[in-house]
Amino acid sequence: MMEVGLTHYLTVGAILFTLGIFAVMTRRNTVALLMGVELILNGANVNFVAFSRFVETSIDGHIMAAFVIVLAAAEAAVALAIVLAMFRNFGTVHVDSVDSLKQ
Amino acid sequence: MFVNITIPNWSDFAHFVPEAIMFGAFLLALMGDVIVRGRKPVVPFLITLLGALAALYYSFASPPVGDAGVLGSLVMIDSFAGFFRIVFSFVAVVTILFSWSSEEIMGSTREHKGEYYALIALMTGGMMVMAEARDLVMLFMSMELVALTSYVMAGYMRNSLRSTEASLKYVIFGAVSSGIMLFGMSLLFGMTGQMTFVGIRDALVANPVNDLSMLVVLIMIMAGFGYKIAMVPFHFWCPDVYEGAPTPVSAFFSVGPKAAGFALMIRFFFTVFQPIVDTIDWPLMIAILSAVTMTYGNIVAVKQTNVKRLLAYSSIAHVGYLLMGFLLLTPGGLQAILFYLLVYAVMNLGAFMFVSAINNSIKSEELSDYAGLGFRAPWASVMMFIFLVSLVGLPPAAGFIGKLYLFTEVLREGWYWLAIVGVLNSVISLFYYMQIARAMYFEKVPEDAPAVKIAPLHYVTMALLAVPTLILGLYWSEFKAIADQAIAGF
Repeated sequence: MMEVGLTHYLTVGAILFTLGIFAVMTRRNTVALLMGVELILNGANVNFVAFSRFVETSIDGHIMAAFVIVLAAAEAAVALAIVLAMFRNFGTVHVDSVDSLKQ
Repeated sequence: MFVNITIPNWSDFAHFVPEAIMFGAFLLALMGDVIVRGRKPVVPFLITLLGALAALYYSFASPPVGDAGVLGSLVMIDSFAGFFRIVFSFVAVVTILFSWSSEEIMGSTREHKGEYYALIALMTGGMMVMAEARDLVMLFMSMELVALTSYVMAGYMRNSLRSTEASLKYVIFGAVSSGIMLFGMSLLFGMTGQMTFVGIRDALVANPVNDLSMLVVLIMIMAGFGYKIAMVPFHFWCPDVYEGAPTPVSAFFSVGPKAAGFALMIRFFFTVFQPIVDTIDWPLMIAILSAVTMTYGNIVAVKQTNVKRLLAYSSIAHVGYLLMGFLLLTPGGLQAILFYLLVYAVMNLGAFMFVSAINNSIKSEELSDYAGLGFRAPWASVMMFIFLVSLVGLPPAAGFIGKLYLFTEVLREGWYWLAIVGVLNSVISLFYYMQIARAMYFEKVPEDAPAVKIAPLHYVTMALLAVPTLILGLYWSEFKAIADQAIAGF
């Protein structure tokens, strides 16, 4: 059986990151857009934990990942509150329909 | 079984007095807002104002001595951090004082208006920590603390379409760019196995990584910093957020988080990349970014008709000037950046405050409504004229001295084309800043112009900024010495 090594984890991390960027670039629904952001953060998390396990046998990367998880929750709370305010004022969660400021 | 818990770093908290004051003021202001009800949030206002004044006094009275790496290696309290403590607590004092008479903040229909002051205190504490971070964990956490607070503040007027749109754009751009930065940091951690800036530098010097992967990491990390300081090509949020957010908040954003971003950027890049600056074409990259940023900001600012938006583009241009000091990561360049940040904080805050004070009575930020303002509000307009002269960079105002130091450093390092671009940009900026002055002094007062009444507190705060703008332009050596000493501690 094939051994699961650092490269595999990094590949997963890179795929998550790319999917996140893709979601952010293509989705126009604000909630879906924020889900893309979560994917980006989790891609970085996978990297941190994998590097911490395989490169440097310390817990630095694990600690960072734990902080980032908490932070992602806080960010989601603030961002969803703003999306709620947006829905109340504009009646939609579609990014393109929000254009009260001049370009 | 009895476990003897020792906290070896307990005494480290003695180094955190200004931060502790600001975070304490945040908590007390939140509680005070709930407990004491009234028409105006007197208690949170007084708590945060006194807290910011105490932090300012403490930062002046007992600046950090030597360089104490406290809490393990997470933060570094040195003279560099001390310099930024002074800048941030001063900015906080002025913003809190100003907001008290601002209709946009105090006139809103919110129930808990004290939250606004609490958030300013929290953000000030976060910015101080940003200037002290020396570890990837602390770097990211402090940046996000400031960012999350600022998303809420941008959307403070929650029934206003513009304010909501500003906070939405801010949160989306912010979340994506900080995510990209985090991914870059994870790669940097993988290449070096270190979290502290010093550890990363030593590992990079001992085992150089290949140039391409270094460049990828650098670009990813630059995305986070570039967003924070509104550098082209990460600037898209800036004009919309500054225009949509309440004006006192835009004023605070345009100097506070920007200066904190520069502080973090200086510490990170100076520590990590200074020894390997030649291997990655750093100077050329920064020179191009700087030239593009200032040219873009200035050229787009020319055709703006909304003064707030004009100032937003001008603040992008100023980031371009500031980046000139980054070229070779030499102490001289960084000292010039620090001094310019001090000058920029005073003059840009002043210009935004004027816009806010005028908006208070005429409810408009359009340039056409500024006609004849020099006669409708003479004293405020004189102060605005001082800020504008300083923003252009003309003597005797502070902006001239700040730019002089930056250009001197660029010339000393031999980047003549960049200096020429900078001077040409100053000429462009003269045009649009003087458009405001022209509207104020050379256009007739319209027949139906509403009366302009400026609150006493607004006069006080604008004078608090106009006087330093002149002082820094005439007797700057004392202040330059403080900035020089801040870098010398590195």
